[in-house]
Amino acid sequence: MIWEWLIKSLVLILSLTTGFAYVTLMERVVLARIQVRIGPNRAGPRGILQPIADAIKLIFKEELIPTNADKFMFIVAPVITVIPALVVSAVVPWGPTLTIGNFSTPMGLADINVGVLYIMAITSISVYGITLAGWSSNNKYATLGGLRATAQMISYELALGLAFVGPVMLAGSLSINSIVEAQKTLPFILLQPVAFVIYFTASLAEINRAPFDMPEAEQELTAGYHVEYSGMKFALFFMAEYIKMITVAIIGSSLFLGGYQGPFVDQYPLLGFVYLFLKAFLWLFVIIWIRATLPRIRYDRLMALGWKVLFPIALANVLVTAVVLVLIGG
Amino acid sequence: MVPLIYFIGLSAILFILGVVGVLIRRNAIVAFMSLELMFNAANLLFVSFASYYQSLNGQLFVFFVMIVAAAEVAVGLALMVAIFRSRNSIDIDQEHSLKG
Amino acid sequence: MTIQILVFLILAAIAIGTAVGMLVSRNAIYAVLFLVSNFITVAVLYLLLGAPFISLAQVTVYAGAIMVLFLFVIMLLGGEKLPVAAGWGKQRWAIIGVAVVVLVEAGLLLVLKGDMSLMLIESAMDAGPASIGMTLFTKYALPFELTSVILLSALVGAIVLTKQDKP
Repeated sequence: MIWEWLIKSLVLILSLTTGFAYVTLMERVVLARIQVRIGPNRAGPRGILQPIADAIKLIFKEELIPTNADKFMFIVAPVITVIPALVVSAVVPWGPTLTIGNFSTPMGLADINVGVLYIMAITSISVYGITLAGWSSNNKYATLGGLRATAQMISYELALGLAFVGPVMLAGSLSINSIVEAQKTLPFILLQPVAFVIYFTASLAEINRAPFDMPEAEQELTAGYHVEYSGMKFALFFMAEYIKMITVAIIGSSLFLGGYQGPFVDQYPLLGFVYLFLKAFLWLFVIIWIRATLPRIRYDRLMALGWKVLFPIALANVLVTAVVLVLIGG
Repeated sequence: MVPLIYFIGLSAILFILGVVGVLIRRNAIVAFMSLELMFNAANLLFVSFASYYQSLNGQLFVFFVMIVAAAEVAVGLALMVAIFRSRNSIDIDQEHSLKG
Repeated sequence: MTIQILVFLILAAIAIGTAVGMLVSRNAIYAVLFLVSNFITVAVLYLLLGAPFISLAQVTVYAGAIMVLFLFVIMLLGGEKLPVAAGWGKQRWAIIGVAVVVLVEAGLLLVLKGDMSLMLIESAMDAGPASIGMTLFTKYALPFELTSVILLSALVGAIVLTKQDKP
């Protein structure tokens, strides 16, 4: 029993970390193609070994700690940032029950009846790492970046939480497994298009991606909260950001695109993994595409968008969904 | 299972630590955080007894305490920001101008 | 000693340690972080008590929202460095009084009411989100509506208090 969990945890963490390495490569290649460049093509065939080369470079870089920095917090902050990113996708199923011989196991680490709430809880903790990194660097640009990140993430968390409510009401459960099973015939993106758009926008803001990458705006804040970081500690922030991208893609696919559901998934449970992978891949591609297309939004406009547009629409969506569900006797 | 008295003891210790914090710290924000610690100790007791009596009422009470605590913190911190603006300090020993 | 008691003792030690850490830390940011660890430890204790919904609500509301607000205000006011605590001063007797009263009460409970027989039973009740929601919207519907009024007034109050007049 405990071995089963250990193996599943290892699979999850390893696929997230290797996924992180190759999402960086994917982002560079896609961005290059969109901007009519070639992109990384030196390390290995088609640049396939580029992430390994990057990792080696970052490991051998010098670790700098600013003189007046709060040393303990400066070292701990990257770790606090990575851990929530790694654990948040533990409640997402990868496929239906897998049966090999007379041994059967659900594909997925944990199926808890408060899965969506768990995701909310972990996302709300993940603010700390970034804020503390900005504060402990003792650098005004870093502190500003950290404060911006806090304000932005708290604001968009509300819209994000309300976007979760749509699928939760349709499935009648807070467990991600039940939500995915409820989408067997029809993915929720067709029933909840508004919630999907709100989730997509708010999640971009939540993970500080373009066009909402104000906390790390290179031109104004010289990269924001991680200016003073170098070497492995910088690599940890980088890792957290890309793992958050993957997590957002996986959770979004499970809530709105049907997760592991797809043709023939009942006969061949392992196909579920493939479907989830393909959906997440598509999602990541759109995120990168948006980064290449849209300019960064000004900070006050960003807050106004979160509070005055997304939040009321999300609230109205919840209300309309609830009324419709009651009327059709769902 | 764990004896109920262990939870009562832990809750009592946390509550006393909260009281000590309110009484010895002069910084209004830290005093406020000690208040939250006391709330937390009370909540722990509620959930322990809810589990002991197998009743949901205790858990729901904790839920309401959380909501009220959130509202209280929002107003309290806004007050602190307002006080800091007018006198540039949040030391509670200096906030005695309301005395007659 | 069962494994559950061992887990409880470890968690209790962490909870008390972080609470003491909050009281003695010289830096308000560290005080916030100690309190966050305390809240998360108590959330794990709630899981042990069979209350998953309350546990995760505790993490979301206390650790994720309330303490971030504290952190934000501390950074905004620049009040990280705290003056040395004024010592026990004139409140000494109040502290000792409260401590004695609470400890005597706990002791009385131990002596009069419970030897160790007051055991928590293995949780058979359904404390999942569905049953919590049903109770909340039937038995506690009126208090639930009232909390929305409290939250609204807190929202308006916070905005009014911190609003600066336009020059």
